Amino acid sequence: MPPELSSRPRLAPGCRLGENNQQRVLLMPERALRLNGPSLEIVDRCDGQHTVEQIIADLQKIYSKAAPQKVEQDILGYLALLQKERALDFDL
Amino acid sequence: MNEAPTNPLALIAELTHRCPLHCVYCSNPLELQSRSDELSTEIWSRVFREAAALGVLQADFTGGEPLARPDIVNLVRAARAAGLYVNLITSGLPLDDTKLAALVEAGLDHIQLSFQGAREETANEISGAKSHAQKLRVLEWLKQYRVALTLNFVIHRRNLNQLAEMAALAESSSATRIEFAHVQYYGWAFANRENLLPTRAQLDQSIAIIKREQERLEGKIRVEYVVPDYYAKYPKPCMGGWGRKLMLITPSGEALPCHAANVIPALSFENVRDRSLREIWDHSAAFQKFRSEDWMQEPCKTCDRRELDFGGCRCQALLLAGDATATDPVCSLAPQRPKVDAILAAVNLAPVSEGTGPTPPAADPLTRPVWLYRPNPA
Repeated sequence: MPPELSSRPRLAPGCRLGENNQQRVLLMPERALRLNGPSLEIVDRCDGQHTVEQIIADLQKIYSKAAPQKVEQDILGYLALLQKERALDFDL
Repeated sequence: MNEAPTNPLALIAELTHRCPLHCVYCSNPLELQSRSDELSTEIWSRVFREAAALGVLQADFTGGEPLARPDIVNLVRAARAAGLYVNLITSGLPLDDTKLAALVEAGLDHIQLSFQGAREETANEISGAKSHAQKLRVLEWLKQYRVALTLNFVIHRRNLNQLAEMAALAESSSATRIEFAHVQYYGWAFANRENLLPTRAQLDQSIAIIKREQERLEGKIRVEYVVPDYYAKYPKPCMGGWGRKLMLITPSGEALPCHAANVIPALSFENVRDRSLREIWDHSAAFQKFRSEDWMQEPCKTCDRRELDFGGCRCQALLLAGDATATDPVCSLAPQRPKVDAILAAVNLAPVSEGTGPTPPAADPLTRPVWLYRPNPA
């Protein structure tokens, strides 16, 4: 199920940003996910303040050369993946 | 594939072998280390700093029962200050609400709480202690804290009929993760194997239930599971490959490539009292021993899967084939596979009187297994 555009994602308990060999990672129970460029921009905004809609708008600005539709799809897909990993809570 | 991996990703810190539980499948070695040999707070703190500098991301505090260490809050603080993600793998027995608050305040990231069943009677029998009710209290306390929670269920033929109840228990808690870990047969579990190994039918049924729960709980609780090696077609890449991803430190400071490595004769281990983690990772003979492919025999030596599973588990090869350099006998290609098949045949032909239906028969002292319980070290 794709996340609601008006919901505010934040990192779930036990999920936080870390660094390893100059590489940003999302640390979570028993695993770590490498973050690069867009994925880092997204996770940085999962702070319980930004709505999904605002995250999309921000990234469409940063990646203005990419088709806005594509940016939206990628973000929704990535948030759904993090949700499946149980790395996010969504505040309504 | 022969170069040394640049760094381990996780440090398994066996803080003590002392434990209030006596689980019949405990992964600790049969020879437990005593309290007087345990590393000090200062040495552990140095080890955490060296681990972080080496590139380790996560520290797994385990035991025994890590909460048996009176300095546990300081150890959590030291690991977190070093930059590590801190997991606490615990029975929850020596825990109260005040201790929990202090651990979370010190920076604990994740608690993995073990359960020996979903029903009190089974859980207490398997753990050899009145433990279950306390675990339920811990679940209630945990609801007030912002800390990740995994419920870990070690499963086997005596509790496989409780999987749905286990998932329901997790659902009623603040857990975001469940581990259904089938017992693997080392140490105490190897000694109690005939009473723990499930039948093929039980295993198939359990996987179907776990997959159903996985789907039902998606987005809410992540459900992970591990199948017993004996029923696998190919071996697991044990520990992600020998000396490739993990380093385990025993209570007295020995650095091991895996939990069971000390069953392998002629391996000697460096101690963190004498060497830095970097020196050990790069140069310890025990870590080098099975890191390359030079030690492999046929069929591993020329097998296409050798870079996927690294020949399987060295300790299992020793336990079942009597040779740590043999192909893991659980592999369907292994010359020693018939030994595993014979063990499975014995289990699958014997009638199973417990654990198959939704309601087990009342405990009968005559059919109750004779367990070898893990004792507590001095």
